[in-house]
Amino acid sequence: MRALSLRRGLILAVITALAGAACAPGQSNGNSSTGAGKIGGSVNVLATWSGSEQDSFMAMIQPFETQTGVTVNYESTRDLNAVLNTRVQAGNPPELAGLPGPGQMFDFAKAGKLVQLDNVLDMSAMNDQYSSSWVKLGQYNGKTYSIFIKTSLKGLVFYDPKNFAAKNYQEPKTWNDLMTLQSTIKSSGTTPWCITLESGSASGWPGTDQIKEIVLSQSGINVYNDWWAGKHKWSSPEIKKAWQTWGQVIGTNDSNVFGGKQQMLATNFGDVGQPMFLNPPKCYMVNQGSFISDFFTKYPSAPKPITDFKFFSLPDVNPSNAGSHVVAGDLFAMFKSTPQARALIKYLTTPEAQAIWVKRGGAISPNKKVALSDYPDELSRSVGQIMTTTKIAAFDAGDLMPNAMQSAWWSAVLKFVNDQGQLDTILADLDKVQATAYTS
Amino acid sequence: MDLTQLLTNQLPTLVAVILGVPAVLVGYIVAFEFAVRQLPPQHQPRVRPWIWVGPALVFVSVFLVYPAVDTIRISLENRQGNWVGLANYQQILSGFPTGGAWIAIRDNLYWLVLYTGFVLLFGMLFAVLADRVPYETPVKSLIFMPMAISFVALGVIWKFMYSYQSPGLPQTGTLNFVVTSLFHQPPITWLQDERVNNLALITAAVWGQVGFAMVILSAALKGIPGELLEAARVDGAGELTIFRRVIFPLMMPTITVVGTTLVIFALKAFDVVYVLTFGNYNTEVLANLAYKELFTFSNAGVSGAVAVLLLLTVIPVLIFNLRQFRAVEARR
Repeated sequence: MRALSLRRGLILAVITALAGAACAPGQSNGNSSTGAGKIGGSVNVLATWSGSEQDSFMAMIQPFETQTGVTVNYESTRDLNAVLNTRVQAGNPPELAGLPGPGQMFDFAKAGKLVQLDNVLDMSAMNDQYSSSWVKLGQYNGKTYSIFIKTSLKGLVFYDPKNFAAKNYQEPKTWNDLMTLQSTIKSSGTTPWCITLESGSASGWPGTDQIKEIVLSQSGINVYNDWWAGKHKWSSPEIKKAWQTWGQVIGTNDSNVFGGKQQMLATNFGDVGQPMFLNPPKCYMVNQGSFISDFFTKYPSAPKPITDFKFFSLPDVNPSNAGSHVVAGDLFAMFKSTPQARALIKYLTTPEAQAIWVKRGGAISPNKKVALSDYPDELSRSVGQIMTTTKIAAFDAGDLMPNAMQSAWWSAVLKFVNDQGQLDTILADLDKVQATAYTS
Repeated sequence: MDLTQLLTNQLPTLVAVILGVPAVLVGYIVAFEFAVRQLPPQHQPRVRPWIWVGPALVFVSVFLVYPAVDTIRISLENRQGNWVGLANYQQILSGFPTGGAWIAIRDNLYWLVLYTGFVLLFGMLFAVLADRVPYETPVKSLIFMPMAISFVALGVIWKFMYSYQSPGLPQTGTLNFVVTSLFHQPPITWLQDERVNNLALITAAVWGQVGFAMVILSAALKGIPGELLEAARVDGAGELTIFRRVIFPLMMPTITVVGTTLVIFALKAFDVVYVLTFGNYNTEVLANLAYKELFTFSNAGVSGAVAVLLLLTVIPVLIFNLRQFRAVEARR
């Protein structure tokens, strides 16, 4: 009798705990973002954020800690891949961790190292609040293994509105407008673009960003997906055409870019906008991801958003692919299922949590319920708007490719910029890498 | 938290290592020496050396021979660990002159000749010249100083030296400042321009290593007996003749040892390339290629093949170096 009641009590306790966890966050509209109440204990989190990003993440989880009594032990590393692999192989992973990209998520999910989240998260709330692309990007084999808590948008063309006004240039709406604009600028004696590619061992990546944007908006999402998955050759007409289109942007002998190939190869990607803010400007446009505004504001001349720089979305090469954008984001996955970890990952998907980081700046939320008014300035608000209205969010193709493929692509951009006539050889070399890189 | 971990975990480990390792070694020697003493006296001299060499042999086999043999095995396998014979070697040696590893082989040859040559030349120059001035010590300390800098930091320093800005902008790199303001030439992309970038990398490495050559050569120079030089002067030889006919021949063995050591350094060149160009713009070297294949491309087989190629090139130099070293020792 006594034993029975004890068992009954235990069952009751377990049910309560489960129910508590089940109705925890995610239920956006309800205000109970951390409805689980006091859980106590602690949860270990590993990610790459340090400095101001770490501060923002800590601010984001602070309400969670107060409400649940769970202590979040946050650990930061810049060498996430190595640290995570070692800890997973040693059987000692953190409960929650950021992942470098979907490629790694696939690997971990395939190896059975990740906890499937479909029963952990409130999927109907997820589907309601996240655009389906963002939910799908976190999935492997149709099952949810990871979530996005902040994102960035690629393919934004930044310009100085004062420069545009002085010359009476308009934001181009179509690809042809853009081509006309760049030849107008060129005939006025200035180079239209600033592009810089130096980035240590990752040199060349800013160029790959521009090529993947062209592939997506020129040939569409199906070609794009087959291509990063290694099922579509680099020497195929579509991909070759994208390189040639980029060749038209940077011009014969890189003549559309300030400083030509020397400047492109020798200058760090962060300094890309410096010549645009000179007087007179050395170039008029910079095509980069949304994050670059952070670099702009730290230049010696301290340009300010809206007054000194604005952006327009890179026009679609082919209008039939309108509304598709290349995006990137920080993935989050669960390696060990504990009540604390389940509560935290749920909390991180809520608009309440994500609004905290958004307000602090530097993050674009994938959650549609985060109010546009939460963005700290006009510029990030319009990024947020593009992000939530994006019809097709195509994740950064390079991050989806195996490391060997991505790295070969970076180097290929450097070779292309050095001598555009080598395109066929470059693509043939990339095909060779593609043939072996996907087998491991 | 950290302090408790230090006291409860790391400190005891440290003590155990500091006391434990010598204790084990002493125990080993005492125990085996005792065992050897039990043998009949005529066998003792034959067994005893092995007892003393034993630990070193074990360490060398575990940490050097085994990895080397295993690297050879890995170099014959593909990504999945299946036997592919010499396919990886075929991959790195095909496509002469620009495919496979040929750019890296070519650049390693540049390093071999130019790096070794310049370090020896400047080391010798500084050693001989500094020998003749009263402020020898400060000069030598100054030239030796870059030796204290790690190669990665050295790479970063030279990255600033080689920094490039487009013509018309203020040049922030020291070298391009000199080129534009003193010589009124357009700035040069030192690290990207394929006509100069290998030389630029080698220059950075030479700057870091000249001190090493200088110190050793200087020591050899001081070892030449003053009477010899006196005698030569009495016989009417000029300073140049003395250098050519007396100093240089006497220093030759040292120069050879330093030279072969530098050759090995040149073949192993990695850090400077990794930091300054990562092998882009045709500045690849074998060590960086092996690193890339393994850590970026997770292609252990090809990486192993490159490593074996490097090993095969180094071995003859190594043997020559050892012979030379022994010859110098024998002459003493």
